Amino acid sequence: MAPSRAYRIFIHVAAIVVSLVFLAPFAWLAIASVSLQADLLALPLRWIPSHVSFERYQQIFSSTGDTIFANFRQSLINSLIVASVTVVVSTVVGLLGAYAFARVRFRLARATLLTFLATYMVPPIALVIPLYLIMVQLHLLDTKLGLIVVYCSFTTPFVLWTMGNYFQTIPMELEEAAQVDGCTRVGALVRVILPIARPGLLSTMLLAFLIAWDEFLYALIFTSTDRAKTIPVAIAEFTGRYSTDFGLQAAGGLLAAVPPVLLAVAFQRHIVGGLSAGAVKG
Amino acid sequence: MSTIKAGARAAPRRISLKARTREGRFALALLIPSIVVVFGVVIYPLIKTMITSLYAVTSPFPGSYPFVGLRNYTTALTQTEFWSSVLRTLYFTVVSTGLELVLGLGIALLLNAPLRMRWVFRAIVVMPWALPTIVNAALWKYMFDAQYGVINAALTQLHLQDAYRAWFSQPFQALNIVILADVWKNTSLAAFFLLAGLTTIPRDLYEAARIDGETAWGSFLRITLPLLKPAILIVLVLRTIEAFKVFDIIFVMTRGGPVNGTESVAFYTYQQAFSNEFFGYGAALSYLIAIFVMALAVVYVRLLRSDREVFA
Repeated sequence: MAPSRAYRIFIHVAAIVVSLVFLAPFAWLAIASVSLQADLLALPLRWIPSHVSFERYQQIFSSTGDTIFANFRQSLINSLIVASVTVVVSTVVGLLGAYAFARVRFRLARATLLTFLATYMVPPIALVIPLYLIMVQLHLLDTKLGLIVVYCSFTTPFVLWTMGNYFQTIPMELEEAAQVDGCTRVGALVRVILPIARPGLLSTMLLAFLIAWDEFLYALIFTSTDRAKTIPVAIAEFTGRYSTDFGLQAAGGLLAAVPPVLLAVAFQRHIVGGLSAGAVKG
Repeated sequence: MSTIKAGARAAPRRISLKARTREGRFALALLIPSIVVVFGVVIYPLIKTMITSLYAVTSPFPGSYPFVGLRNYTTALTQTEFWSSVLRTLYFTVVSTGLELVLGLGIALLLNAPLRMRWVFRAIVVMPWALPTIVNAALWKYMFDAQYGVINAALTQLHLQDAYRAWFSQPFQALNIVILADVWKNTSLAAFFLLAGLTTIPRDLYEAARIDGETAWGSFLRITLPLLKPAILIVLVLRTIEAFKVFDIIFVMTRGGPVNGTESVAFYTYQQAFSNEFFGYGAALSYLIAIFVMALAVVYVRLLRSDREVFA
């Protein structure tokens, strides 16, 4: 039986309403970023800017020296480097461990996995002071490397969990066949399992990237200059210091949103695929 | 293998034992990088914070501080300021997670429905979730701005309110606005987890239920909800744990104000440690948060446990 006409109309209307609720704040972010300051401060508010200006973006991309614009650009670059390296390191490291949980029988496997996951429960604030002191001693304070080391410590348990789940959904026989054909187990992991696990791998890497891109507290405490400051810290500072320069806040916010939002939209199919294969199976 | 000669009775055991140690070593070799990367960073600070929580440490730098035993903990547990931050955090956690679950379920059902251009809708739904928390916080703070915010502008121009309102001036109202911002962003995550659960439910079940004369609402209650239980629990686990540690969004939107009205436990801890430099007290507070979240997690793991061995 085909769904009734009323039902079809209802779901489409509902989807449009939800879409508007989700898109409106984004739209305003975009409008504010190209509006003149005068339009944003006008009363009553001018919804459609009297003049469209891409000057803020231009300055963020081309300004040199120690300006707020150049700082913004540098923190974007820092975030890109920190998040990307974190994803690569924690994925490689976590994949091996995930394979152990999914395929190798060993004592205390469950306890070990739970111990890894337990680190996720600890609030960052419990670790941040001792870590700060270690960073001072190792000269890692205000460096990208310092942030990467800390970020890997919380993205790796995540990779262990999601990829471990994903590996379990792949039939054992494929691997056994590869081993019969003379592959080592690690060889089978790389040549047979990984290609099949690609959707799960993509969604895991995407989520790890978002987690690293989003991190705030450690970056706030550990970084202080352009050398390592990430975009969330730059935006938080900026909203505190220039609290009425909404246009620039919007432009910076939009730029900070572009990498994760684009990645998420591009790989949205894999998000559902990755989640349904692993975590959600009853 | 040579063990075949050693006799039928002894052989299987010897093989399995040998194989088991070999498997154990192999697992360890695979896990060592993860252990180094995770516990190499986490273990020392965890122990150090535990020790700090037993001393009256009042500066971030090493030195000799008086040992106070569990007094930092007892101080926290007898402080009204601490308990009101716990209550606010619980309110934030329950309301935001509840809303995210209910709205997320509605959106998941829509995402699973026969929509035209479903992929467009899915792409839109994923967007708020990918928006960085700090940007989300700054965006909503701006939208609710007392003088220049779009919410005031829209409500006034639509004649839904007479004058601009200072949204963040009332503590409880400010807390609810923070919840709104959190729900707007994180409902997507709930929706995607629930959608993942929905796609695993076989369509035949609904067919069979319809033939048995079940209404749509009836099959939602008796098929969809029970089969979604694992997905619902995952959302509950992830969201409550995150919500209980809430810090970033409050740091940007309200800094805990007005009059501590939005001060979560994590924010209270941050204030005590970094603004007042009560590092010993802050360490004790962060352990209390960790213990609470851990207890919550244990309850959830119990609920989630199925017959699969390693993965709950």
